[in-house]
Amino acid sequence: MFKINKVFKKPHYLIIQQNTSQEGQAEKNQEVQPALPAIPNGLWLKCQNCGETIYNKDFRQNHEVCQNCGYHYRMNARERIDLIMDTGTFKEINPELKSVNPLGFEGYDLKLAESREKTELTEAIVTGYGKIHGHNSVIAVMDSRFMMGSMGSVVGEKITRAFEYATSKGLPIIIFTASGGARMQEGMFSLMQMAKTSAAVAKHNQAGGLYISVLTDPTTGGVTASFAMLGDIILAEPRALIGFAGKRVGEQTIRQKLPDGFQKAEFLLEHGFIDKIVSRDNLKLTLSRLLRLHIWP
Amino acid sequence: MLEREKDINELRNKIEDLRKFAEEKKADFSAEIDVLEARLEKMKAETIVNLSPMDKLTLSRMVERPTSLDYIDKVFDGFIELHGDRKFGDDPSIVGGIARLRDMAVTVIGQQKGRNTKENVKRNFGMPNPEGFRKALRLMKQAEKFQRPVICFIDTPGADPGAGAEERGQGEAIARNLMEMVNLRTPVISIVIGEGGSGGALAISVADEIWMLEHSIYAILSPEGFASILWKDSTRAKEAAHKMKITAQDLLGLGLIDKILPEPPGGAHTNLETMATVIKEELMRVPFKTMLNDRDGLLDQRYAKYRKIGAYLE
Repeated sequence: MFKINKVFKKPHYLIIQQNTSQEGQAEKNQEVQPALPAIPNGLWLKCQNCGETIYNKDFRQNHEVCQNCGYHYRMNARERIDLIMDTGTFKEINPELKSVNPLGFEGYDLKLAESREKTELTEAIVTGYGKIHGHNSVIAVMDSRFMMGSMGSVVGEKITRAFEYATSKGLPIIIFTASGGARMQEGMFSLMQMAKTSAAVAKHNQAGGLYISVLTDPTTGGVTASFAMLGDIILAEPRALIGFAGKRVGEQTIRQKLPDGFQKAEFLLEHGFIDKIVSRDNLKLTLSRLLRLHIWP
Repeated sequence: MLEREKDINELRNKIEDLRKFAEEKKADFSAEIDVLEARLEKMKAETIVNLSPMDKLTLSRMVERPTSLDYIDKVFDGFIELHGDRKFGDDPSIVGGIARLRDMAVTVIGQQKGRNTKENVKRNFGMPNPEGFRKALRLMKQAEKFQRPVICFIDTPGADPGAGAEERGQGEAIARNLMEMVNLRTPVISIVIGEGGSGGALAISVADEIWMLEHSIYAILSPEGFASILWKDSTRAKEAAHKMKITAQDLLGLGLIDKILPEPPGGAHTNLETMATVIKEELMRVPFKTMLNDRDGLLDQRYAKYRKIGAYLE
């Protein structure tokens, strides 16, 4: 208890050597130990990537990146906006757009209602504008908690409107992708959003507008095969899953195991499909520098 | 083959047998034959009336179903196939080239399935790789330069989902085509002739008009894949096919396609000539010259066509 109190004062120095060694021993002894009883729920987290125990508050301060292994956890849309936009400058546009059930698909309405309640969002994307280190930009942020960030009519429409807003105001646009692909429940309406959003990118291009896409974990399917891959500059977060077909679909179809690291951001960089991998602590600075380089003096 | 088709074939064989028998025995069975033939005609007509979405899915995938090259051969004259994406290779699952539609030069592009297993292996079952989409785009840009209309035939289970496709940027290739096709300064007509599968179909079907053959389908994903994703049970494909709204009739009703081309009784494969004639006549009605004369207007209309797609509440 004494140690933990100390820890609260100086979270910066918290590297819980003692706990990890205990854990290592437990593993060696093949004993299944219950979670350490003295620690209140939610105070500590165990990194799913490296297994290191990390202090929750540190983890949040570090923008949900493991201090030990650098693993970038998924961020929700509001957290992302807080990370990127100058405090108090973000203004949301088109928050009122709501999905309907165009095919009358059973269970879809319920699923939407659940997602709305869980995420406190109306859809799988938040769009708006604001300042990044003083530079104006339109941004669109997808949220994978909302039906896997899938793109239905509303996501497609909000992206299209965000582009149109950027084009008409002469602003750059930055999109943070996080999506499993097209939304199955809306059938061909979803598929056609790929064409619609790509058309919006084309219009923005013709007007000479800048579009930066930032691919975060996961970016797959119909989103990869449309606006995500059409940025003037394409950034990605470290180790983000990025691909066209899901790994399982690919393995089933070609009946062979796909290698580890396949479809990771690093794989795409190596094959020439993204410009740069940027870690989260550097993301805002990188974006603001890029924005500045696109301003006429 | 569909169950009903088997019955039809059986009946057809019976009539043939009866004819031969009549000839051998020099007997007159013409009354009986007439009755059977009437029944055959009726059965043929019924096969097209009562098809369920699953029947249509089966029909659209049948190996007997005419492929892009079959139609290219019948609809156009003097087709010269052109190969390669100038970047990586030539994808046999997409064919393309230049041909004449009566007196007008056009660029024709089509997804090509095999007509048997061996051919299907060569054609990758009609599943394009990135180089296929890039070849298609190269030919479209060429068409734009020489002001040729572009006609696309859609027939694919989907884009190849394998490791090679990922390495060479399947997502990027499809995305690029979508963006470029919206802005292609020449008329584009897309015709779904069989299976319109997902992003792979979309990648060569952004057009001024999208037509579908009467029994073809166009879907966000194969009904098998859909059922396994949403219900973790790929055997519920039939139910999925019904709920996904994939038939030409459903999609016309939803305003997502522009026209349905009627198939001959029993389906396109029963009479390729008739089907090709229907396609040719429809293409002849398109005012390509007028469209080419106002290309800004053409692009505005195409943009508006895609801009308005979506169902939502405000």
